[in-house]
Amino acid sequence: MTFDWPTLLPLIFAGLMGLAILIYVILDGFDLGIGILFAAAEDAEQDTMIAAIGPFWDANETWLVLAVGLLLVAFPLAHGVILTALYIPVFVLLIGLILRGVAFDFRAKVPSGQKHRWNRIFFLGSVIASLAQGYMLGVYVLGLDVGPGGMAFGVLVALCLAAAYAAMGAAWMIYKTEGDLQKKAVRWLRTALVLTALGMAAVSLATPFASPRIFDKWFVFPAMLYLSPLPILSALLFLWLWRQTFHLPRPDDRHSLTPFLTLAAIFALGFAGLAWSFYPFVVPDRLTIWQAASAPESLAIILAGTVVVLPVIIFYSFYAYRVFGGKATDLTYD
Amino acid sequence: MDPLILSRMQFGANISFHILFPTITIALGWVLLFFKLRYNATNDSAWMRAYFTWVKVFALSFAMGVVSGVTMSFQFGTNWPGYMEKVGNIAGPLLAYEILTAFFLEAAFLGIMLFGFRRVSNRIHTLATVLVAGGTTVSAFWIIALNSWMQTPAGFEIRDGVAHPVDWWAIVFNPSMPYRLVHMLLASGLTVSFLIAGLSALRYLYGDRSESMWKALRTGVFTAAILIPIQIFAGDQHGLNTLEHQPQKIAAMEANWNTGPNVPLVLFALPDEAAKENRLEIAIPDGASLVLRHSIGGVVPGLNDYPGNHPPVFPIFWSFRIMVGTGLLMLAVSWSAAFFLKRRHSLPKPLAMLMVPMALSGWLATLAGWYTTEIGRQPWLVTGVLKTADAVGPVAGSHVALTLAIYLILYVLLLIAYLGVLVHLALKAAKDGDSSPLPGVMNAALSQPAAGE
Repeated sequence: MTFDWPTLLPLIFAGLMGLAILIYVILDGFDLGIGILFAAAEDAEQDTMIAAIGPFWDANETWLVLAVGLLLVAFPLAHGVILTALYIPVFVLLIGLILRGVAFDFRAKVPSGQKHRWNRIFFLGSVIASLAQGYMLGVYVLGLDVGPGGMAFGVLVALCLAAAYAAMGAAWMIYKTEGDLQKKAVRWLRTALVLTALGMAAVSLATPFASPRIFDKWFVFPAMLYLSPLPILSALLFLWLWRQTFHLPRPDDRHSLTPFLTLAAIFALGFAGLAWSFYPFVVPDRLTIWQAASAPESLAIILAGTVVVLPVIIFYSFYAYRVFGGKATDLTYD
Repeated sequence: MDPLILSRMQFGANISFHILFPTITIALGWVLLFFKLRYNATNDSAWMRAYFTWVKVFALSFAMGVVSGVTMSFQFGTNWPGYMEKVGNIAGPLLAYEILTAFFLEAAFLGIMLFGFRRVSNRIHTLATVLVAGGTTVSAFWIIALNSWMQTPAGFEIRDGVAHPVDWWAIVFNPSMPYRLVHMLLASGLTVSFLIAGLSALRYLYGDRSESMWKALRTGVFTAAILIPIQIFAGDQHGLNTLEHQPQKIAAMEANWNTGPNVPLVLFALPDEAAKENRLEIAIPDGASLVLRHSIGGVVPGLNDYPGNHPPVFPIFWSFRIMVGTGLLMLAVSWSAAFFLKRRHSLPKPLAMLMVPMALSGWLATLAGWYTTEIGRQPWLVTGVLKTADAVGPVAGSHVALTLAIYLILYVLLLIAYLGVLVHLALKAAKDGDSSPLPGVMNAALSQPAAGE
């Protein structure tokens, strides 16, 4: 492989897209998760839960736009193939995102009698969007297989991703809330962790067996050796986090962000595993990143902007999170 | 039904629903900044009350815009894969720059603008408002650049059947871009000023005479009165630009079937494309020649020059007239309201009652204008480069029809809920008047004093 621009640029963009997807899954994961946990919370708790994500959700969802945008602009051929194959699940995802996104605002602004309705819509939208994302992941992992087997696997991954998001939501609440609600969040986290672990195991096992090419990538010596830290480290982190849930919250609220960071690390490890499995394909076993890429001069001009702007985006995103740091209190327009 | 027309309807429905909300947020961000700066300068809490009433509308409109915008970014792939395959090298960077320079800026600082008044210094809060308003405008810049490029493509070459960029400056500032951008930004300003004026008129009718109502009402009416003549001029210039670069669109807008001099300005007609004539025509002799060529003998292009290569006549003939008619009504209403506010310091009840439905006049004119220009580009998706029919995806018509039906139901319900909330917010503000509670002290570490303290 030669390292000239036409080779490097698609590679860089695949990396950027992967980064955007990972950041999206972690960030929107916790606010989708809080939507899923909405059903289990009381009225007053729901307001606190919204306050814990209100200032962030919009920026979180923008990472999805960036991820899809990068797929669209850097790999236009793949964008068409993937999204037409996933036409209905994408539609369901969008309906879910629309419902929950507007419910955020409507629930706070409608006459008080209608608030319940929008709370339910917020829950439903979050569940639908999470399930749709999981289903799409499942179908994609099996090479865009939309037969009965692929659909069944999609349903399994859908349930597990929803559980994983719920775990993220619970972990975020441990960080942002206090008192009884925080204790509740710890219990939610424990339940959701079991399903999350199950889901990651299912995807990890199914991925190599669905494709001989991926199987060969994982189960050859010495690659197996280099890759073994991924599953082992994930399992250790799961076990450690599980044990932590029996001791949380700690006195003085120490380590309240740790569960969230641990889950984020697990997500990152799982994502690295998937990325290794599929590289160099962007459409599994059909289109490589080089076959699907835009012209190098177009990629170059996007990259020039990205290199300048992305650090700025990350900087001011951190700033926004810091402004709203600390425990969530009632959100007001002031 | 055929997937092509269904896909067009679906995309049309989505983009029509979407454009309603950016049209509000682009200009409302700047209006909020104006309220904020007036408050900073005068310390009059009525400005801050106006700000807090309208920032809620902004938040809701922004959320509606975001979720419908996310839908759009997916639909390029689900419904029109051929589009990015053919012109992805040009559309891609423009869309990427919109996301990078505008979306994140708006989204990150929106939280601070909405909920951060007591968490950051006043200066940072004002800066956040500037960044959000600026972000929405930059966003409009990139999208209009791409849309205009599809209308009047420039700065590219076709290699191996795919468009490749040659000159980015020519691509971004393509011939119709400056006109379309100005026209759209002014449309946004008018939409917002009529929305503010209309909802303030509703409060007025409910007996609200509070300072915050007057401030919002005056801001809305005077802004509209100033912008509308500028918009009429800008629209005329945009039309002349279209005449130069897309004459077939003008021919269809004017329902002019034959090229020639002394073309009348058709006020009313039922264009019949099969018979190539206008039924029930009412026209001003030589009018179109005069408007378009500034002389009664001016030659106006006719549809006979573009057989099989011009847009459908009936829809754009009428959408154009709806836009212009709404614009003239806006002129009449805003100038009379401005007159009464300036001279009499009051509003006659019938005028206030007319202003309430006019709150949505901006939406009507904007949609009608977009239908004119977008349907007017047909049968091309990118003029002379890619036909709409060649970009549609392989998805079955039944799937498109099913999802279209659900989208439509959802959009209608959301619009009803949205308008219901606007009215609810206006009536609540009317009831509270100047006694509406200003934000109290909520958190321990505060940098802002409560207004009026």
